[in-house]
Amino acid sequence: MSESISEAAAPEVAAVGLPSVRGVGAAPRKRNDFLYYGLRNKKLVFGLGLELILVLVALIGPMLAKYQPLQTTLPLQHPGSQHWLGTDLTGYDMYSQLTNGLRESYLIGALGAAFAAVVGMALGFIAGWRGGWVDELVQMITNVIVMIPSLVLLVVIGSYLSSRSILFEGAFIGLTTWPWVARAVRAQTFSLRGREYVELARLSGKRPVSIILKEIAPNMASYLFLAVILLFGSSMLIAASYDFLGLGPSGTVSIGWILNQAENGSALLYHLWWWFVPPVAVLTAMVAALLIANVGLDEVFNPKLREQ
Amino acid sequence: MRRYLTRKLITYVLAFFVGVTLDWALPHFMPGDPIQGMLSKYNVGSNASYAALYQQFSSEFGLNVPLWQQYLNFWHGVLTGNLGVSIYENPASVTSVVFQAMPYTLALLVPAVLLSYTLGNRLGAAAARRRFLDNWVLPVGYIFQAIPYAGLALLVPFLFGSLWHLFPTSLGYSENLIPTFDWTFISSLLDHWFLPFLTVFIVSLGGWAIGMRNLVIYELENDSSRYLRALGASERVVRGYAYRNASLPQLSGLALQLGVVIGGNIVTEIAFQYPGLGSLIYKAISNEDYFLLQGIFIFIVIGVLLANFIIDLVFISVDPRTRLSMQGAAA
Amino acid sequence: MSVNVQNLSVAYRSRLGDVTAVDDVSFSLADGEIMGLAGESGSGKSTLGNALVFLDPRMKATGGKVTVDGRDLPIADNGAMRHKRMTEVSLVPQYAMSALTPTRKIGRLINDLLKSHHIKNRDEVLTELKRRLALIGLKEEVLGKYSFELSGGMRQRVTIIMSTLLNPSLLIADEVTSALDVSTQRAVGEMLLEFRDRGYVKSAIAITHDLSILAQIADSIAIMYAGRLAERAPTSVIVDNPLHPYTQALLNSLPEVGVRHDQALLTGIPGRPPSLANPPAGCRFRERCPFAFDKCTQTPPFEEIRPGHLVACWKVSQEQTAVTAGAGQEQA
Repeated sequence: MSESISEAAAPEVAAVGLPSVRGVGAAPRKRNDFLYYGLRNKKLVFGLGLELILVLVALIGPMLAKYQPLQTTLPLQHPGSQHWLGTDLTGYDMYSQLTNGLRESYLIGALGAAFAAVVGMALGFIAGWRGGWVDELVQMITNVIVMIPSLVLLVVIGSYLSSRSILFEGAFIGLTTWPWVARAVRAQTFSLRGREYVELARLSGKRPVSIILKEIAPNMASYLFLAVILLFGSSMLIAASYDFLGLGPSGTVSIGWILNQAENGSALLYHLWWWFVPPVAVLTAMVAALLIANVGLDEVFNPKLREQ
Repeated sequence: MRRYLTRKLITYVLAFFVGVTLDWALPHFMPGDPIQGMLSKYNVGSNASYAALYQQFSSEFGLNVPLWQQYLNFWHGVLTGNLGVSIYENPASVTSVVFQAMPYTLALLVPAVLLSYTLGNRLGAAAARRRFLDNWVLPVGYIFQAIPYAGLALLVPFLFGSLWHLFPTSLGYSENLIPTFDWTFISSLLDHWFLPFLTVFIVSLGGWAIGMRNLVIYELENDSSRYLRALGASERVVRGYAYRNASLPQLSGLALQLGVVIGGNIVTEIAFQYPGLGSLIYKAISNEDYFLLQGIFIFIVIGVLLANFIIDLVFISVDPRTRLSMQGAAA
Repeated sequence: MSVNVQNLSVAYRSRLGDVTAVDDVSFSLADGEIMGLAGESGSGKSTLGNALVFLDPRMKATGGKVTVDGRDLPIADNGAMRHKRMTEVSLVPQYAMSALTPTRKIGRLINDLLKSHHIKNRDEVLTELKRRLALIGLKEEVLGKYSFELSGGMRQRVTIIMSTLLNPSLLIADEVTSALDVSTQRAVGEMLLEFRDRGYVKSAIAITHDLSILAQIADSIAIMYAGRLAERAPTSVIVDNPLHPYTQALLNSLPEVGVRHDQALLTGIPGRPPSLANPPAGCRFRERCPFAFDKCTQTPPFEEIRPGHLVACWKVSQEQTAVTAGAGQEQA
């Protein structure tokens, strides 16, 4: 599982105060600047564009399907006018399965990212804000979680559960990936805590929660946004691994599950490429588009990274 | 020094404790009764013989004593290396079954991690701020990084095996060979090793390359690089310094990634039926061999802890800040 | 004249087109001269200084000519500039606190720089380095340390020693004192003077917000406003008898010693400096100037009013002509 991507951009997104054009005289306003550079950043436009198309396919695609994902028709049909992406060994329509799998992937991506973001931000803010023993404790928990192999843990849990829901999978993914968010948010909060305006808010007797929400969080909004995008992509990849091993939600057609079926149905042996190549390509495109958009956004937020 | 090491040590001990406890607790507190599940396969006829069998299994697995004692017994087993008997490879012990599979997993994992890390770092650093190379490394890196392990574990054998017939796509060595130390066997091992290795290697490679590329760009834009340039240092020197600084976050990233790569390795082994721990997990699930599953979990946790310890040592030797803060505290 | 800058213009590339941060600036430095360059933030003083050593990829030289010791300094050509850096022109950057890489020892860093310049007699240079460290009271052990082990003042001194190690003809010292406490400021200022006196640097430009430190170290002071030079004169003249209304306002608003006046607004004059993206025609100080009159809509020339005293102000040049004309009449 390339949860790897969560880490990719994390340590380097150091600039929190978003810089604008090196201020000579009156600099153009920041919001306009972001829009300007955003629309001209090829990576961002390409990544977002591709992602948008895929989201549309996930929304509209299943409606256009002629068959239900688990409706048996003629087996082993090549892609063609009757079955756009062919059928598998059982006679399931691959187009219908794939578009369904897209939906499932987005759903699990959103669920996993949401769980990880909530837990990670909460603990990260608390650790960074309170410091001291609270910080030590949270860091310790974070480091411990990182060292527990999540897939094996899920295998152990999963082998005892007779049925699993998509919510369970999302929660599991989120609860094993939050350390990345927590580490990053902690470090950022730590550095923001000493800033004058935060100091001022604290002296004026504001409650910590409101300082965090009103003063600190907005100042790392771009950073958090990037982190959530990465979590979204990695959750989709992790879910594909789980589903491939048969540990996914029961009774759902996901991309990982399709790959599992292809593996068990000897798709390789019989050269049934349409069974697994489109799902792999689509999932790769979904995640790659997110990654590319992410790097593009990073460049928009950080003028130094822009191509010269 | 003491403070740094103490904290690390506590983390390791705690992680081990949590791992072992989870491993013990999950089967006990999960819904369903493992013994009932096992017995349901035997089609036991009368209620009386069912009860007798249930009793026998309970005592055999040590489930007829209070929970806290079961927990202590489990710890005793873990610390003495006695993790019980594998159900499906009866009467082999869990430990011996795990040790048989371990070399295969290490043979995939260690070269794949080390090679993808070093090569990915070099590639990424070379691509940073060099338009031509970047135009290649970046897109390819994104695709590698975004491919699901399960997907690559199908595509790689499809291309290199089914289509081009270059490498075998399943098992650890030819079925008709008996493991001996001769060239036929070793070449068969290597032949079977290559594709699963390639799979794990490729996915990791993209991540390291892109991570390094981004880090080096940050480094090339920061003050110390600017100063070197302002003093007329050659681009080679400036990049060398940037690479060195960027290696530190990459190294701590390596520690974070271990669990991930291990997961990917498991998926890959299963797809290739490669006889390592991943495939063993698969067999354990399909044979409902819970002791084996518990045993594998423990060993993987130990492996992750050891690897983290090694990375820590390397980090200390590379990062002067960590090293000096340790010496400072000791002095 | 060791340094001669003629009609230099430097622009930032921005999405609204080029922003000319340094506009048609000319001046020269004599051998052994330390010139102070002062002005508010965004006046272009730091851009001017940096452009002479290292043009950021976001900056470009749009015109002008620079010579050092009679030789051309190709500031727009990064490749040709590389071997002139540190040897002919050098920079102590504004960001000296973070300029030293954290993962290499200082000595190693310096050695790598020398290798990069293909210095043949490295051992001699390193011996000289140790002599200079001793001169300013730093121990030789500094070379075996990492930057994060040094205090702010030590880092500042180490960067000055590094930047001047190959005896450049021109040193740009960008805000070398602003990050330091007052007593260290004085020491660093004296260090610059000492280095000049010993010939480690032939001439220097000290860029700063802080006029009081310039009074201590500079032979002459140039005042920059909105990308252009407003006034240039020997230090005592600028301090005691400034002519340009902006210089006067700057000196009047000067608060306690050591306080940076970019943080305190110019109390005497309302308004802010004009945007350089779209600067107004004529004198750029016009809108804030109490003495502005209709002629100020034309750009005033930067002309020598008295020997060594240059001012870009219509009012000053008018008064000056009146004075000389009056003097002429008297003589007649």
